Amino acid sequence: MTVSVPVIAVSESLDQRTRPSPEVSVQDPGQLIPVVRSTAVARCNPLTKIGVALILMFGTLLSIDLVSAGVVLLASLLALPATGLDLAAAARRLWFLPAGALLAAWGTALLAEKTGDVVVEFGPLLFTTGSLSAAAAIFVRALALAIPLIVLASTIDPRDLADALVQHLRLPEVVVVSVLAASRLLGLLVSEWQVLSMARRARGVAGGSLVRRTNSLFSGVFVLLVVSIRRATTLAMAMEGRSFGRPGRTWRRRSTFGFRDLVVVVSAVSVCVFAIGAAHLFGVWNPIIG
Amino acid sequence: MALPITACGYSWTHADRDEPAVGPLDLQIAAGERVLLLGASGAGKSTFLHAVAGVLPEESGEPAGELLVGGEAPDPRRGSTGLVLQDPDSQVIFSRIGDDVAFGMENLGLPAEVVEARIPSSLRALGLDLPPEHPSAALSGGQKQRLALAGIHAMAPDVIVLDEPTANIDPASATEVRDAVLTVQAETTATMLVVEHRVELWIDHVDQVIVLGRDGIVAQGPPGQLFTDPELTDTLIDCGIWMPQDSPAPRRGGLSAPPPPRSAAHQVGPLSGSPIEGGRSGRLGEVLLRTDQLSAARPRMRTPAASDLSLSLRSGQALGLVGANGAGKSTTALTLAGLLPEFSGQVLAEAALREGAKRTRPFAWPSKQLAARIGMVFQEPAHQFLTSSVAAELELGPRLAGWSAAEAQARVAELLGGLGLTRLAHAHPQSLSGGEKRRLSVAAMLAPRPRVLIVDEPTFGQDALTWAGLVEMFRDALDYGSAVVAVSHDHSFLEAIGADLLELGDRSSAERVADCQPDDRVSAGDRSE
Repeated sequence: MTVSVPVIAVSESLDQRTRPSPEVSVQDPGQLIPVVRSTAVARCNPLTKIGVALILMFGTLLSIDLVSAGVVLLASLLALPATGLDLAAAARRLWFLPAGALLAAWGTALLAEKTGDVVVEFGPLLFTTGSLSAAAAIFVRALALAIPLIVLASTIDPRDLADALVQHLRLPEVVVVSVLAASRLLGLLVSEWQVLSMARRARGVAGGSLVRRTNSLFSGVFVLLVVSIRRATTLAMAMEGRSFGRPGRTWRRRSTFGFRDLVVVVSAVSVCVFAIGAAHLFGVWNPIIG
Repeated sequence: MALPITACGYSWTHADRDEPAVGPLDLQIAAGERVLLLGASGAGKSTFLHAVAGVLPEESGEPAGELLVGGEAPDPRRGSTGLVLQDPDSQVIFSRIGDDVAFGMENLGLPAEVVEARIPSSLRALGLDLPPEHPSAALSGGQKQRLALAGIHAMAPDVIVLDEPTANIDPASATEVRDAVLTVQAETTATMLVVEHRVELWIDHVDQVIVLGRDGIVAQGPPGQLFTDPELTDTLIDCGIWMPQDSPAPRRGGLSAPPPPRSAAHQVGPLSGSPIEGGRSGRLGEVLLRTDQLSAARPRMRTPAASDLSLSLRSGQALGLVGANGAGKSTTALTLAGLLPEFSGQVLAEAALREGAKRTRPFAWPSKQLAARIGMVFQEPAHQFLTSSVAAELELGPRLAGWSAAEAQARVAELLGGLGLTRLAHAHPQSLSGGEKRRLSVAAMLAPRPRVLIVDEPTFGQDALTWAGLVEMFRDALDYGSAVVAVSHDHSFLEAIGADLLELGDRSSAERVADCQPDDRVSAGDRSE
């Protein structure tokens, strides 16, 4: 580690301490990728966002070819700035996605049907134009599927989603609110496990032979279970203690659809139509069914 | 409108126990009355509160007798009670504070406009000047507790039920949270029932005190009468009640542990009329653990929680890490214990502590070497339990350290007796009450006599008797030549074990102290006086 890093870190922490003003927007530590600007797309109804992701997924999945997936990927990439996400943070945290897609493509190139001309032949490696174009299609498809889902996961506020699910889809509110509250506890599980690992190390039962490691792992899992159940019980008590479960619950926020929701859905549908049309036009349409 | 609470032969028994967890109780609480509920650790105070709030899980036990709130059986769905629990983390419901405050009002079915209007006023009433979109995960423990209170404030319930609302909060914030509670009570004129160990924090602000024992109510009355009645003093002390400063001295000296000295800064006093024991500075031995420009951070954090600590810890020395919630005390403790890697700087074990370990950094030691040398008591005791009985839990450390069976047995018996856990020797550690778990986790770490002991809030949830037992255990460890690092909001405890104080978090005050009173710096390891 260079010397400058801790120095920067210290000055940052000092900054935070001297400016606790409410105007500074504080980020939710649980968010996948921080939203830095509130854009029209980010303000869309959560159901719209889910709809758009499903539409784009439909357009990508229908056919294994480079063109249709490429069009969807290109459109998604072009639309990224409109989502208001912190793109630098996205690149830092999600570098493994292109890497994973590349791995999938490598596997496809190795195993796909060897049609067309031979491009590379080196020992057991045999790549043909056919297998390479299949690999390229898999790579682009994987990314085209992933990007809308990441935007979805990062820009949807769970509370907004709950509002929409109850008010528009008429899902039972006790279930929705319970799942919503419980989902907050999921994040705590990770940190609980870290503490448990430290606690086992502090008591001298971490490490050692494989048998001992397994034993201590099981006792750790048991404690995690106990602690989680206790936390969930406490949360349930706290919720009941504030009259949760009483009939006639109101919702302070009305979940609405606006003009922007229509625009976003229509754009997504046109991207899909264009993608499918282009694939047919180039004669590479390769449907997965039929 | 406030509601009265009445109990008639009420008791509640856990499904897997023979004795009732609480009761049988007979009591009358008038509408609008403010009641402080006291009692020994494990007397069923929390259980009774949960019963009044109507949130005891039906499947986990059996009620008997009658408990009525406003003439009806308690039912949280009536919307007349508001409950605040002791664990701040487990009662945050939504990820944004505005939604969290709105939760209770939405459940009551209030119209959206009323809900919208009350959110900012309730947040302000509890001193949370934050926008409603503020993420609740970014709040400190004390702020989370105020958030829960804001939710109750907004609901304007007829009965307010509070289970140790200031237990997890530093002493400075505790007064503010208490005042916030009193604000809510004054505005709603609700009946208020509060469980708290810090008697002096509440005594001037309640109308009635009820003391619970294992077989029902031990004493009941207005605080002025209860604590000045010489007839009751011995009874209250036997229940482990923290007696206020001006209460009469006990008639007999039946306590094994010497009553600890009081702290002028801390309002909660232990047993009154006690001689102050001399300092421990004469017993300091060789340096065990040293840090050099240490900064501590949780894994994957980019900024340290605490920075620039240079200190040395001597055999027989006690060091108290103090500071507000969120000042990095626990993180520093975990780093000193060799459980978290240093963010920058180093934790170094001196030869006296190393005793054959090759590496100098405790973080590099294998688990078995670490446990034999540095004992760590975690904030949440349930995390540390590895066996299925209290006795086995205490025996584990000495056994791993290679003690003979007879030595280990003797040590277990000594610890069980000293901490009042003998009758629970065969109980499952996870089935104990909060205060009992805390004592067990401390005792399990003390058992193998590590040279360095690092403890996070060791006295949490203790009554005056078990507190004195813990102090005795720590004094014994110090006399034996161990060093103790204690993270604690309990200044009486730190004073009782003669700890040097190191204040974390408040950078400016730390510097001021360092500039004006060089003798108070902990880096030297001892005080000259």
